[in-house]
Amino acid sequence: MDDYVLRVDDLTMHYTTRAGDVWAVDNVSFALKKGQAMGLVGESGCGKTSIATSLLRLLPDNAEIKGGHIYLNSTDLVALEEEEMRKIRWRRISMVFQAAMNALNPVYKVGDQIIEAMENHGLVTTNETARNDVADLFRLVGLDPKLMEQYPHEYSGGMRQRAVIAMALSCNPDLIIADEPTTALDVIVQDNLLREMMELQHKLHMSMIYISHDIAVIAEVSDRIGVMYAGRLVELASAVEVFHHPLHPYTAGLMSAFPSIIGPKRALKTLPGEPPDLLHPPRGCRFHPRCPYATDICKQEVPVLKDLGRDHYVACYHPMEAN
Amino acid sequence: MSDGRWSLQKIAGDIPDQNMPLVQVSGLRKLYPLTTGLFQTSRSYIHAVDDINFTIPHGESLGLVGESGSGKTTTGKLLVRLIDPTEGQIHIYTSGGDTEIAHLRGRELKRFRRHVQMIFQDPYESLNPRRTIFDTVAEPLVVQGIGDLAERERRVAELLVWVGLIPPETFMFRYPHELSGGQRQRVAIARALVVNPTFVVADEPTSMLDVSIRTGIMHLMQELAERLGVTYLYITHDLAVARYMSDRLAVMYLGKIVEMGDTEDVLAKPLHPYTRALLSAVPIPDPAYKRGVPDIKGSIAQPINPLPRCRFYDRCPIAAKICADNDHPPLLDKGGGHQAACYLV
Repeated sequence: MDDYVLRVDDLTMHYTTRAGDVWAVDNVSFALKKGQAMGLVGESGCGKTSIATSLLRLLPDNAEIKGGHIYLNSTDLVALEEEEMRKIRWRRISMVFQAAMNALNPVYKVGDQIIEAMENHGLVTTNETARNDVADLFRLVGLDPKLMEQYPHEYSGGMRQRAVIAMALSCNPDLIIADEPTTALDVIVQDNLLREMMELQHKLHMSMIYISHDIAVIAEVSDRIGVMYAGRLVELASAVEVFHHPLHPYTAGLMSAFPSIIGPKRALKTLPGEPPDLLHPPRGCRFHPRCPYATDICKQEVPVLKDLGRDHYVACYHPMEAN
Repeated sequence: MSDGRWSLQKIAGDIPDQNMPLVQVSGLRKLYPLTTGLFQTSRSYIHAVDDINFTIPHGESLGLVGESGSGKTTTGKLLVRLIDPTEGQIHIYTSGGDTEIAHLRGRELKRFRRHVQMIFQDPYESLNPRRTIFDTVAEPLVVQGIGDLAERERRVAELLVWVGLIPPETFMFRYPHELSGGQRQRVAIARALVVNPTFVVADEPTSMLDVSIRTGIMHLMQELAERLGVTYLYITHDLAVARYMSDRLAVMYLGKIVEMGDTEDVLAKPLHPYTRALLSAVPIPDPAYKRGVPDIKGSIAQPINPLPRCRFYDRCPIAAKICADNDHPPLLDKGGGHQAACYLV
């Protein structure tokens, strides 16, 4: 068990709204080994970003972790006081956000912002060594160290995303979460950045969680993939297993709805209906109203995530290979 | 039965001459001046669309792909005359005959809008939050003076059924905020099609939607195109989506069309070095597939007063002297109707 960097057990998180509680994350469990890249994939509102903000304990005021544990190495982050969490955040677990412009302060030079992050965690001895460290980080992510002296608005979109990655790496954390790191970028820039991130991950033996709605991006960067639907993890397996032998009908539906530019042009299938409103999620399996294989039990009982062999977990009463 | 200028029966009966191309664009340019200050004449221009030429036959939807800043959205807006071209001609052949729309004004421009409509990217922004679905979908009919209230109601209900908002009476008097993103985009499609246009410019109509919703909208647009005889200019940054939504594909780079041909041809045998780089950068939804590294240098620039040479010169892996010594290469047929703008292929 020691080689697990992260273990999430039965994590449940709610948002309180005027209309009632939103069940954003419901009994989610998974584990991540050191040096592994995990992809969390799902559609808007499926809870994938809520998991990221729960892991970092960067929740908005109306959100609350209702249950479960988040073990980073052996520390349970859920039990920590905010003061202790602050020491861990960025130092041991950091994040690359979707909107890089918002993650950087527009009125400070980019280099200074990274030095400040390191300073807050007592990682700066002298200004000169810190500058050298940041210059090394810039080279590592493919930025010219001269750019340290510039402001965020002088950067292009791809450069900003690199600076945010440099910042996430600056305190040498145990785990980095990348939430839609390339979503706003053009494909050529995206390709470049994803290659860079994968190279860094292998070189530094980093543990990563990639979050994206784009299953093609997730396919390329992840060793393991977790598929989320309506606040629940419905499938978890190696990337190849998830893509070549999807077991959950939702995963299978997602795969056959996704176009590709290579291979024969096969007909795309449509999933009927829309994801549920998490204020009033359906009983039982949350996918049952859209599922072609649903039976009575799916409408009543919540399927648990079970290993069906080959380290392939699925939460479904009628997994695909049986259908 | 109607005091409008055209009856609904007339709209449904519009069949344009199938032997003519639908759209013919020649020498189309759109330059945006960079402001240098009050009272000063601008000397710098962004060449957003720079001398493009193409034809869209009836029933052969054209996909327009490229990165941000390539000019694809500007091209779309020019073709529906949401913006005025700097130079060039746009011929549209509809039931109303051949119309050169680049210089239409006033009433003629308004009348032309019956034949050409647009669907926008963001269904949250493109629908007026204070208007009911009925008002939104009926608006083009009102603007064009088509039908009376009862006829418009019948027509809107018909459209809502076609786009899958069923039963229509439960949707007609709702507001956009009561609908999901996918349903809003269906409303936007209904609004575009209500006047029975022959040509529709769709600008990234599915890029804001989730995968499980997106496929439904793509199928719907294809089905309606076939049923109503509509041809699309489908603008997208997503080449995999373009593969499904277009018969022919045009690739834009810095205001120029660099390659054009049958969609499957362009995807399988890209000719232009930019298209090759672009295609090899597209992520593949298969973890076992290993892509090559895109062969391209540097990063995209802005087309401000571009030098008279190939626009792709600085980033091209195979650029030679001829590419720098001559103006941007013309888009030429390289065999089987597959065109490329490159001196070296």
